[in-house]
Amino acid sequence: MTGVGWILTVLLSHWRRHPMQLATLLIGLISATALWSGVQALNQQARTSYDRAAATFGGARVPMLVARRGTSLPQQIFVDLRRAGWPVSPMLEGRLQIGGRSYRLLGIEPITLPVEVGAAAAIGKTDLQSFIIPPGQTLVAPETLSELDLPEGATPEASDGTRLPPLRKVPQMAPGVLVVDIGIAQNLLHRPNEISRLLVGKAKGPQARLESVAGDRLRLVPADSETDLERLTDSFHLNLTAFGLLSFFVGLFIVNSAVGLAFEQRLPMLRTLRACGVSARKLNVMLVLELVTLALLAGLIGLVFGYLIAAALLPDVAASLRGLYGAEIPGELTLKPQWWFAGLAISVIGALVAATASLLKAMRLSVLAIAQPQAWKQAQRRWLLLQAAGAAAVFAAAALLFWFGASLLSGFAVLAALLLGAALILPAMLEMVLSLGQRSTRQALATWFWADSRQQLSGLSVALRALFLALAVNVGVGTMVETFSHTFASWLDGRLAADVYINAADNTQADDIKAWLRLRPEVQAILPNARAETQLDGAPIEIVGLADHSTYRDHWALLQSVANAWARLRPGEAGFVSEQLARRLNLKLGDRIELPAPGGIWTLEVVGIYADYGNPKGEVTVNIAALLRHFPAIPQTRMGLRVAPAQIPALMTALQTRYGLNGRNLVDQATLKADLMGIFNRTFAVTAALNAFTLGVAGIALLTSLLTLANSRLPQLAPLWAIGITRRHLASIELLKTMSVALITTLLALPLGLCVAWCLIAIVNVKAFGWRLPFAVFPLQLMELVAVAMLAALAAALVPAIKLARMQPASLIKIFADER
Amino acid sequence: MISRRTFTAAALALGFGQRCALAQSYAGMNSSAEGFATVVPGRLFSFPADLGPHPDYRIEWWYVTANLTDATGKAYGSQWTLFRLALKPGAPQQGWAYQQIWMGHAAVTRADLHRFSATFARGGVGQAGVDANPFHAWIDSWDMRGIDGMDAMKIAPLALSASGKDFSYALRLDADHALVLQGDAGYSRKSEHEQASYYYSQPFFKAAGRLTIDDKPVEVTGLAWMDREWSSQPLAPDQSGWDWLALHLKTGEKLMLYRIRQTDGRNYRTGNWISADGKPQQIPPAGIRMTPTATTEIGTRKLPTTWRIEIPAHGMAIECTALNAKSWMGIRSSPYWEGPINFSGSHAGVGYLEMTGY
Amino acid sequence: MTSDGHIVLSVRNLTKTYRSAGEQVAVLRGVNLDIATGERVALAGESGSGKSTLLHLIAGLDRVDGGEIRLAGASIGELSDSGRAALRRDQLGLVFQQFNLIPSLNVEDNLAFQARIAGRHDAAWHGELVDRLGLGPLLKRYPEQLSGGQQQRVAIGRALATKPLLVLADEPTGNLDEASADEVLALARDLVARTGCGFLMVTHSARLAATLDRRVNLSAGVIA
Repeated sequence: MTGVGWILTVLLSHWRRHPMQLATLLIGLISATALWSGVQALNQQARTSYDRAAATFGGARVPMLVARRGTSLPQQIFVDLRRAGWPVSPMLEGRLQIGGRSYRLLGIEPITLPVEVGAAAAIGKTDLQSFIIPPGQTLVAPETLSELDLPEGATPEASDGTRLPPLRKVPQMAPGVLVVDIGIAQNLLHRPNEISRLLVGKAKGPQARLESVAGDRLRLVPADSETDLERLTDSFHLNLTAFGLLSFFVGLFIVNSAVGLAFEQRLPMLRTLRACGVSARKLNVMLVLELVTLALLAGLIGLVFGYLIAAALLPDVAASLRGLYGAEIPGELTLKPQWWFAGLAISVIGALVAATASLLKAMRLSVLAIAQPQAWKQAQRRWLLLQAAGAAAVFAAAALLFWFGASLLSGFAVLAALLLGAALILPAMLEMVLSLGQRSTRQALATWFWADSRQQLSGLSVALRALFLALAVNVGVGTMVETFSHTFASWLDGRLAADVYINAADNTQADDIKAWLRLRPEVQAILPNARAETQLDGAPIEIVGLADHSTYRDHWALLQSVANAWARLRPGEAGFVSEQLARRLNLKLGDRIELPAPGGIWTLEVVGIYADYGNPKGEVTVNIAALLRHFPAIPQTRMGLRVAPAQIPALMTALQTRYGLNGRNLVDQATLKADLMGIFNRTFAVTAALNAFTLGVAGIALLTSLLTLANSRLPQLAPLWAIGITRRHLASIELLKTMSVALITTLLALPLGLCVAWCLIAIVNVKAFGWRLPFAVFPLQLMELVAVAMLAALAAALVPAIKLARMQPASLIKIFADER
Repeated sequence: MISRRTFTAAALALGFGQRCALAQSYAGMNSSAEGFATVVPGRLFSFPADLGPHPDYRIEWWYVTANLTDATGKAYGSQWTLFRLALKPGAPQQGWAYQQIWMGHAAVTRADLHRFSATFARGGVGQAGVDANPFHAWIDSWDMRGIDGMDAMKIAPLALSASGKDFSYALRLDADHALVLQGDAGYSRKSEHEQASYYYSQPFFKAAGRLTIDDKPVEVTGLAWMDREWSSQPLAPDQSGWDWLALHLKTGEKLMLYRIRQTDGRNYRTGNWISADGKPQQIPPAGIRMTPTATTEIGTRKLPTTWRIEIPAHGMAIECTALNAKSWMGIRSSPYWEGPINFSGSHAGVGYLEMTGY
Repeated sequence: MTSDGHIVLSVRNLTKTYRSAGEQVAVLRGVNLDIATGERVALAGESGSGKSTLLHLIAGLDRVDGGEIRLAGASIGELSDSGRAALRRDQLGLVFQQFNLIPSLNVEDNLAFQARIAGRHDAAWHGELVDRLGLGPLLKRYPEQLSGGQQQRVAIGRALATKPLLVLADEPTGNLDEASADEVLALARDLVARTGCGFLMVTHSARLAATLDRRVNLSAGVIA
């Protein structure tokens, strides 16, 4: 073995003698890397599927020309623009019902399709001839194929009897989308010579002015580097990322304390090595090398755990994204090589950052330094003041961000600043509480109790901070989730006013069903409703048509409304807008909106604003008769029924057998409600899981800090033992001390957590989702969290305390003797 | 979805390449032309009808090259090409189902630069097509159109325009002689076997108009040549590419020459000597000698950009030199060389050279 | 025993000044000292007289202000940190009052590790050191399981394992009781004689100083 090898052996021998320290270091690094890379894997998985979706949508990656009025364009406009030098490609989009499920049908023109259209090129390995020459092909994602339960080459029949071209599986496609040639799409959708929009490729020459070709019929929508889905789901991913980061930092706290302690203990060794002729530079290189090696090892293990975490959370993430945003995420985790590299890199960088202070200390190490007398009090005071000053600066930044920031990102920045500031000021606050305690007592042992707790602060602060932050975030997120679920549940009660919901296969069947229902005595009311899609201010929105009926007037809660709002809907010149839409477009009661409809612009006065939780699209609610006047082509297949509760099951069975309706198009209120609640519960299941992970990591941080601290604290305890306090008594005092410090920390975390909840509800939610919830505090939940935190602290403090209680007197003597 | 790259690959797979000679290496190139009309001798041509497309045949092109000069005598070349490819035999369908696709190539060349552009279109909806009467061929904003009561037998006068990212041109073409049937009364053999095409030319165009390169316009005049050709399977399996020349002699005579290279090392040569008043005279393969004398490297390819041409029967022995040896049409799936040339020796003049399959 | 061997250490006009509480304190004011191979010298002097400082300077642990230290022909003041480290590793053995063993290595590894780092581990010599120092039964023990005298025997062994030119010992017996001190010092003396290296030991014990070949006294920053 070379000299370098021996130096490394000597350095590593420390870990062999202190496996717990090594374990702490590795656990810190592993949990930091695992949580971080797990969250990254989830985000990456989602983004990949958005790319797939974008590729199929021909989405916002390229500029588009859309109709200024109405929802479709004559095909001739495509030819006119091409002839005028515009590199445009037509696209037709519509919905198609197959086997009771609605699919998005996209007609594309492959020859003019701009190459910039996302992953489109990869999808196009299919051969042109069979795609464009009738019967053509229907490109579908593997998921869609299995959902249709058909083999490749099958030609499914749409609800109106037309047959689709043979199905062809294309792995890069987004689920739920059918892609056919534009000519075939026009036939399937019965929209001959119509297109929905034009994608604009890179200019290949001079082009005429848009107006000179198309008049004012077209509007250019510039390319957006993000897809619609990415924009919509940004908040969700930001949420995940924030948790990933938080866990990462908690992990780094652990690493920091483990490395700090290990270096402190190894200082004599380092001095000896230097004295025996190892140069400072070589020693520093070896120390960094050692750390990097450990970080790589931990990183690899962390990545494996990260993968497992991601795989465990993926179903919930996928479900929430689908429920909230309609984004389809495949359930199988696929990872790119960059993910592995990034994971290892983050582990190494994290370890180096966490060890910076220790490494610098080792580098500046003087061989001759004699152990300084512990001026801990003075040092600690300075340390506390410094941190308090830092906290003040961070709080100031948070305040500025709060007043001047407007974006979702600034919302999260406020949150981050709040947490960071609180973490910085925590030791000073603990010190304050502890010195108050010390002043309040005259009893000798109690005085020592408080004083010693204060001295322990700097050693425990990292772990306490981890606990503090984890708790605060738990309180914050818990409060938000609870608030949401309460608000959502009562909102659903109002929103799902009908008892049974039906979506017939087509208008004829709908008429049949209505006629039949009118003869049924248990049906108290038939409430037809309909939906149309259009655009407002460049974004897609939905228009909902509701019957004029007391059911809605009695149950639908409006956040704001003019007098007689429901009556105002009847003539068809007024509508309600959803809260999201109102916030986005800054709409107030009395404002007018102009909706593009097939027959021209439909102007509506806003007479009400209502909560519409969970809907990424803006929504406008109008009278159904008015909606059908402006959108005559929309299917009139939906209806709600008011039914005497006892009769519901019988009626549903009758409907099922008579009309062949199934769970997709016939559902009762309770089931629908449960489904919707399920979506939201899964959304927050991810948050809750990450929350639990974070709390777990904080618990580990506390445990490892206490374990490492326990050894160094023996010299302080030995004299007490020597003067006649039993080991058992000492151990219980130690336990009590840890528990009281943890309790103080936990209590301090509660107000911070409520602040966090307020930030989430009043800033982050509004920016991310477009709705604001009423803020509420749930004391029972808070108490539960305090109990959990105390249990975690107890579990962490118990091990060293038991160790102390069982310690051999000889060991204490030895410590006592050595301290001399 | 299907990218244009895929499209061209698919097009080539069906034998649709630069004057059909490019894609010899692609599988399916020599697939049978079953279902498409076959080229047989003795066809009677009729104009203006034969200016328009012949959708029963698999491939077809409208091809115009021009040798131009500006007021200072500086030389330019321009190319305007429209290709048609039928994806499937049978009566034309309506709208998007129409089974024809179109490809346009355009270029301008100067001694110091060569610019080109390519575009693609489906037939059936109006993005590209050819009408026989009144004559109009177009793809996107590129146009070739009969004007001023065009004489179908002269295919003139014509207005011709095309544009790319960094060039454009608009030319007026006039002619004082009728078009010329190539080969045996328009039946042009491409091998010793069955391969053949219908082929006629208008070599007598006089061109005038404006070229714009990098937004700098320049007025030009010169000579132009149109080739019209259609077929269903013009190449034999063992033919790898061709070298084609269209020459404007100072005497007013015109000469069309090509040799189709075969994998066995032999060439199939054909020539047509057109008198100044438009009388074609076939030159038998043995009466033509075409010898490359120097090559130019373009990327990894070597192209013969100077040639010695000898036609003893007409006392011709000339050296042809490219105006710009790098007149490379770097269209990803079907690259070829096409550019203006000068020649001197026993005869002098200008012309166009096209080389494919290198 | 005086030796007529080569001079291994030569100190000339060595000065060293520390800044303490804003004042310049001249600790060494022109020290001259020569040690030959095989020569064992005791460096005596009162507390704070600069004995340890002189030792540290010779070991290259601290920088000289003026004068010159030549060790094995090299001028220590002119060496870089790495050069001085290499010199320490290859030519010097250091023994301190605090035993300075590596707590995470067992006796055997502690004994060998400087030689290993220097790349000149000699199994036979290692064995002889183990025998002479009586460490045989202790080889697998860790420093915390040893008595002070045992620890210092390991430290002396480590210092001699590379067969250095010079061994520097800073009050090696300061933490030991009298019996252990005598035993340890006797071992050190024997081993130094066995290897023929120079030996410079800081001590304030006249009794121990008397057991060496020569005794120099550092007083008021100079060797009297």
